[in-house]
Amino acid sequence: MSQVRFKSVKELEEYRRSLQSASGFPRLISISSASCGRASGALKIASAFEKSIKEFGLNEKVKLKLTGCHGFCQFEPDAIIFPEKYFYPNLRPEHVPLIVEETILEGKMIPELAFKDEANQKVYLTVDELPFYRKQLRWLMDFHLDLDPTSLDDYFRHEGFKALGSVLSSNKPEEILNIISASGLRGRGGAGFPTGLKWRLAREAKADKRYLICNGDEGDPGAYMDRGLLESNPFSVVEGMIIGAYAVGAEKGFVYIRQEYPLAIERVEQAIEKAREAGFLGEDILGSGFSFDLELVRGAGAFVSGEETALIASIEGRRAFPRQRPPFPVVRGLWEKPTVINNVETWANVPLIIRQGPTWFSRVGTEKSKGTKIFSLVGQVRYTGLVEVPFGLTLGEVINEVGGGPKNGKKIKAVQTGGPSGGCIPASMFNLPVDYESLNQAGSIIGSGGMIVLDESTCLVDMALYFLNFASLESCGKCAVCRIGTRQMVRILKKISSGEGEISDLERLEKLGWTMQKGSLCGLGRTAANPVLSALGYFRAEFEKHIVDKECPALVCQKLIAYEIEPEKCANCQLCLKACPYGAIRVGTDGAPVINQELCTRCGVCYSTCPPQFSAIRKVSWKSLEQNDDKRPGGN
Amino acid sequence: MKNLGNKISIVEKILQTLPGERRYLVHFLHLVQQATGYIPEEILPAAARHFSVSPSEIFGVVTFYSAFSLKPHCQHEIVVCQGTACHVRGSGAIMEEFSRWLGVKPGEENLEKNVLLKPVNCLGCCAIGPVVVVDGQLQAKVDLKEVKRIAEKLTGESEKRE
Ligand SMILES: Cc1cc2nc3c(=O)[nH]c(=O)nc-3n(C[C@H](O)[C@H](O)[C@H](O)COP(=O)(O)O)c2cc1C
Ligand code: FES
Repeated sequence: MSQVRFKSVKELEEYRRSLQSASGFPRLISISSASCGRASGALKIASAFEKSIKEFGLNEKVKLKLTGCHGFCQFEPDAIIFPEKYFYPNLRPEHVPLIVEETILEGKMIPELAFKDEANQKVYLTVDELPFYRKQLRWLMDFHLDLDPTSLDDYFRHEGFKALGSVLSSNKPEEILNIISASGLRGRGGAGFPTGLKWRLAREAKADKRYLICNGDEGDPGAYMDRGLLESNPFSVVEGMIIGAYAVGAEKGFVYIRQEYPLAIERVEQAIEKAREAGFLGEDILGSGFSFDLELVRGAGAFVSGEETALIASIEGRRAFPRQRPPFPVVRGLWEKPTVINNVETWANVPLIIRQGPTWFSRVGTEKSKGTKIFSLVGQVRYTGLVEVPFGLTLGEVINEVGGGPKNGKKIKAVQTGGPSGGCIPASMFNLPVDYESLNQAGSIIGSGGMIVLDESTCLVDMALYFLNFASLESCGKCAVCRIGTRQMVRILKKISSGEGEISDLERLEKLGWTMQKGSLCGLGRTAANPVLSALGYFRAEFEKHIVDKECPALVCQKLIAYEIEPEKCANCQLCLKACPYGAIRVGTDGAPVINQELCTRCGVCYSTCPPQFSAIRKVSWKSLEQNDDKRPGGN
Repeated sequence: MKNLGNKISIVEKILQTLPGERRYLVHFLHLVQQATGYIPEEILPAAARHFSVSPSEIFGVVTFYSAFSLKPHCQHEIVVCQGTACHVRGSGAIMEEFSRWLGVKPGEENLEKNVLLKPVNCLGCCAIGPVVVVDGQLQAKVDLKEVKRIAEKLTGESEKRE
C-alpha cells in the first residue's frame, strides 16, 4: 500500500524488492480503459468481470486491472488475459461469464470470441500472434498492456523510478547530458531537434533559475499518441522530467495538457501528487539534496498554443501568441529564464534510455533517427489505433502489415503525416523508411506522429481545403502573412472544390504557399501551406480534373457530385424517402422513389440510410446525370 | 439558475484561493467557467485587481481561448469532432446534418431547444471516429443516419423538463 516518503535510493530499492517477493496473482485480466476504451464501454466490461469473478469465488486467483490504452482502439472494448496474453476484442458484457468460466478457470481460450481476420477467416488467439502487434516494437507501449496507471506500486513493479534512483546515486548532471546525446534521442513533438543538445544549451545558459515544460498540447487533429501515454503511463513522463531537471539544473517544471483530455489531466495530476508524497518531487529528492517540483497547467483550446513560445505565453497567463525566435526558449523562455520544452513522448523515452543505456537505444533505428516512434494510425485502413514502430520500418510495412492494408476493397492512394504542418505521400512511395529525413525529403514531416491513411474515396482537394481551413481558423492573427495567406488559400481551394477554379489558381496557390513559408512569424504559418503544396506536387491531376472537367474523381466535393437511385436494386422500402431532410425524394411514375436533383443538396442522408443489403443509392459525378444540361444540381 | 450576485460571490471565493500572480489567470478562468458555466463580464474588474492587469487584457485572454465563453451556455451540448481522422470518415456531413436539425450554425446555440452545437478539433479518439459527444457522453463511429435520432432524443428530453 501507499508507502511513506522515501529518504534514499536504498529505501526505494528495498521497497521494490518487498513488492516483487510478495506473491502475485496467477492470472491477470487487463482491460483497455483509456478514454477511447471508455467510449466503447470498457467500464461496463470491467464491472461485468468484477461481478463474475466474485460469483465464481475467484477473488484470490485473478487480478482485474484497468490499464491504459492497449492501442488496438478499433476493437475496444478488449481484454487481454495473462500470462498467455489471450486477446478478446469487441467484448460485450454477456461474453464475460463465459470467459471467466473457460479462460480464467480452465485456462482455455474461446476461439469464437477471438480476433478473426475478415479477409482470410484466420483466427488469432494471443496478442503476440496478432499481425497488428507483431511488427511493432513497443518499448514504451508494452507497459500499457499490464500497468495500472494510477498505482505507484505497479509502476515500481515495472522498474519505475529505477532510472531516477540510479541517476541520483551515481551520475553527475554532465553524464546524463552525455547519455542522452549518445542515445541519439530527438524530439518527438515535430521538429526532431536533438534532445541532449537542447538540454545542454539550457544548462549552459547563464541564469539563476531554469524551467522545464512537457508539451502535452497535442494539437494535431487526428492524432493521440500523447493522450495515450499520459493516460496509460503518467509516471514515466514525471520520472523523465525529474531526470531532465537534474541534468539541466531546473527547479520547477510544468506539464501542459490540452483541456480536451480530461482523463489525461486527472491521471497526471494524480501521478504528480503521488510522486510528491513518495518523495520523488519536492525538497531533497531521495536524500540527494536535489530539489524539483512539477505543476500541471491546463490548456484552453487553441492549436497555436502547442508552438513552444506560444505555450510559454499561455503558462504565463497570457494569450498564446508566438514570438520571434531567436532567442530560443533554451536561452530565454518562461519568465525570461532558460527553459527546456519537450514533447510528452520525448520525456517518456528518458527513463528507458537511462535504464537500458544509450547504446541499447541507438542500435534501433536509422542513421539519424534512433529508437521507436508512436504513430496514430487512422483513416482508411483496416486496423486503426496507436502503434509503436522502430524508425526505419517502411511506410508500407506500417500501413499494410501493422495496419492490415486497404479497407472495403478500395485502393490506398496516400498517407497524410504530420497533420496540418505535414503533407501527403503517395502510395507509390511507400517503400520510404519512416524517419525524420526521409519524410522531409518527400515533402512531409514525421510531425508528432499522425498517420492518416487515404484511399480512393478521399479527395486531395478536399483534404487540402480541410487543412487550410483549419490553419486559417487557428491562425492567431498576429502576423499578416499567415492570417491573410491562409484565408486566401481557403478561398481559392473552395473555388476549385466547387468546380469554379481556373488553372492559374494552382500557380496562385503555390505562390501564396511560398510566401507563407518564407514570411510567417511562427511554425504554424510557415508550415500551413505544406498540405496543399505536397498535394499539388503529387496529385496535380486531381486538382486539374476539378478545374478543367469540373469533376471530383473521389466523389467527395459536394458541388460536383449527385446521388442516384438504381431502379433495378431498389426494393421500394421508401426509407430514403422518409429520411430525406429536403423532401427531394418522391415516388416516381412507376411507383419507385426518384431523386429530384433540383431540390437535392447532396447531404448524403439517403445514401447512408439505404439498407446495405440493397445499396440502391449511388454517388455519381453530376456530369453523368442523364438530365444534365450543363447545369449542376440545385440546392445551395 | 443562480443569480449574478451569487456568481460574483462564487468568483470572489475562487479568487481568494489563488495567489495574485498573472500565471494563475488562465487557471482562474477555468475554475470560473466550471463553477458558473461562463465568464460573467461583471467579474472582470475584480479579477483585474487581483492579478494586477487591466480588465481589457483579461477580456483578450477570455476571447482568445475557445474554452471560455462570455455568455451562459445552454443546458445541452452536442460536440462534433472535426479532426482529420473524423473528417475523412465523414464528420463534415454529420456536422451539417446536426446543424440542419438544430437550426443553428456550428458554434451557435438554439435557445429554444436549449442546445449548443460545438465543433472541436480532436478528442483523441481518432481510431473510432466519427466521434460525437452528447452532454459529456462520447459516442464512437457515429453514422450520418443516427444524427436525427440523437438530436431528437436530446431536444425531446429538454422539452419534457421545461
Ligand atoms: C503551430 C505549432 C503547433 C505545435 N504543436 C505541438 C504540440 O501540440 N505538441 C508538441 O509536442 N509540439 C508541438 N509543436 C512543436 C513545439 O513548438 C516544440 O518544438 C516541441 O514541443 C519541442 O519538443 P521536442 O523537442 O520534444 O519535440 C508545435 C509547433 C508549432 C509550430
Ligand atoms: S479526429 Fe476526431 S477524435 Fe481525433
